[in-house]
Amino acid sequence: MSTAATTSPDTPSTTPSEVALHAALASGERPPRVSAPVACLAFAGRSMRKIRHVPEQLLDVTITPVLFLVMFVYLFGGAVAGSTDDYLQFILPGILVQAVLFTTVYSGVTLNTDMTKGVVDRFRSLPVWGPAPLVGAAVGDLVRYLVAASVTVIVGFALGFEAGGGVLGVLGGIALVMLFAFGLAWVFTTLGLLMRSPSAVMNTGFMALFPLVFLSNIFVDPSTLPSVLESMVDLNPVSHLVTAVRGLLGGTADAGDIGLVLGEAAVLTLVFVPLTTRMYRRA
Amino acid sequence: MPSSPHLAIETTGLVKAFGDTRAVDGVDLQVPTGAVYGVLGPNGAGKTTTIRMLATLLRPDAGTARVLGHDVVDEPDAVRRRISLTGQLASVDEELGGHENLQLLGRLLGYSRRQAAARADELITAFGLTAAASRLVKNYSGGMRRRLDIAASLVVTPDLLFLDEPTTGLDPRSRNEVWAIVRALVSQGTTVLLCTQYLDEADQLASRIAVIDTGRVIAEGTPGELKASVGRSALHVRVLDPERRDEARAILARGLGDSVHPDPDPVGLTAPVADAEEAAEAISALTAAGVPIGGFSLGQPSLDEVFLALTGRPATDETPEEVAA
Repeated sequence: MSTAATTSPDTPSTTPSEVALHAALASGERPPRVSAPVACLAFAGRSMRKIRHVPEQLLDVTITPVLFLVMFVYLFGGAVAGSTDDYLQFILPGILVQAVLFTTVYSGVTLNTDMTKGVVDRFRSLPVWGPAPLVGAAVGDLVRYLVAASVTVIVGFALGFEAGGGVLGVLGGIALVMLFAFGLAWVFTTLGLLMRSPSAVMNTGFMALFPLVFLSNIFVDPSTLPSVLESMVDLNPVSHLVTAVRGLLGGTADAGDIGLVLGEAAVLTLVFVPLTTRMYRRA
Repeated sequence: MPSSPHLAIETTGLVKAFGDTRAVDGVDLQVPTGAVYGVLGPNGAGKTTTIRMLATLLRPDAGTARVLGHDVVDEPDAVRRRISLTGQLASVDEELGGHENLQLLGRLLGYSRRQAAARADELITAFGLTAAASRLVKNYSGGMRRRLDIAASLVVTPDLLFLDEPTTGLDPRSRNEVWAIVRALVSQGTTVLLCTQYLDEADQLASRIAVIDTGRVIAEGTPGELKASVGRSALHVRVLDPERRDEARAILARGLGDSVHPDPDPVGLTAPVADAEEAAEAISALTAAGVPIGGFSLGQPSLDEVFLALTGRPATDETPEEVAA
């Protein structure tokens, strides 16, 4: 019946068939409204499919942590900690945190790019739970976080990192970083809706993130710092995250440290999800 | 305002301003169900902004709009359940394949995974996209992308479809395909709100047309009424033998008066006519007199001519850029 089905690949544009067209338009009992979780999963699937189409987009989240780890351990390890092995033990949890947190800026860049495309209009005119496109994308981004975290940990083990916390400690540490990153990414999606171009989001995002990452306990023991700086480092949520992850990886996990990080992640999520959603619906 | 059950869209005094620009400045529309309603206007007239308010994407600053009986501000979800939008920008995801786009929308509209895949197959076939089903949309031709975009609006057949300049930038063949799809859709009972810059397109598809300019409706009616308000269309005749053009001119002048004038083309003649009937009589007079003609055509008044007649200025005259926000 359909002429389109028999089309050879070298004539890609075929005329729509009248009969098939009428049949396709006639079919259509309206299905029930989709639930919020299913809508979110469908949007998460959209992100995954994009990664499948262009796997190269995972290159930077793969290579950056390796570069940082190797560079810091072998360049500064001897000077900062006396030996590269000791410094690896100290810095690996921090690089894990840094690698994943840097990835969160891309959530804002991706959303900003999305907003310039007409497909957002279609998503916003669908009868689905309002935040679903955003939450779905955030869930899809967890894959990137997982890739960045896994690469860091695997390279760390290859260089001789010893995890006193065992497998559970490592998995717990990765999970905690991903949770915090999920919350932090909403700051950058809000930024993504405020800024006019993807590169502006990128620049502003990293400008905000760099001081948070470097004025933390990732690279040095804060007790070696001047007291003003030390108190700033102690207030920095990134330091709290690194402390908790060090505890989990090293087998000295402290429930209070973990609880603090979970609380901070929850606050970020509760403040910035409604903010982003509101701006997205109004854009 | 009480809404009539026969109206798909009813707006009163709709206003949307961006900064100092009133993109939509008091639009009143009454769009009956079950037909194509054309919204005709140049770039920047406020067509897209109007559509975006009706599709619940933008909040009106003033006025009311009811779509299929539901207020767009108070009941946006009820509106969204019954409309689809094919925007001026491609409203499909260019970084996914065609089939993936349709399947994603199927899931979002409530189909199961299997139903969504089957529905995507069906639409891909119906819209002649089988060979390109798995190709990324950014590698589609303009015509294919447009067809996919319309298919994406029909994953669940909507009661009302917004089509914003569906044929701008398309070649004539792709344009005809889009027109065929719109006609098929209307024959199944869907109402279509068609925004266009082309009088020709509105004339082909729409049963009523609103002409808008600088955010206001400046004329409304059937295509026939609209063209009548513009006045006469132009009859172009080409005789075969340039030697006999003056003879032909004299014959035409008997029925059409002195305004028959020669074109720069040595075999061409142009005369204003009131309607197709008058044109046909003039052509018959030529053939009856034995003057062989190479061809003739009855020119539609262009959007420019419509605007000239309605506003006293051409459509392209310093209209601001369409506000996309």
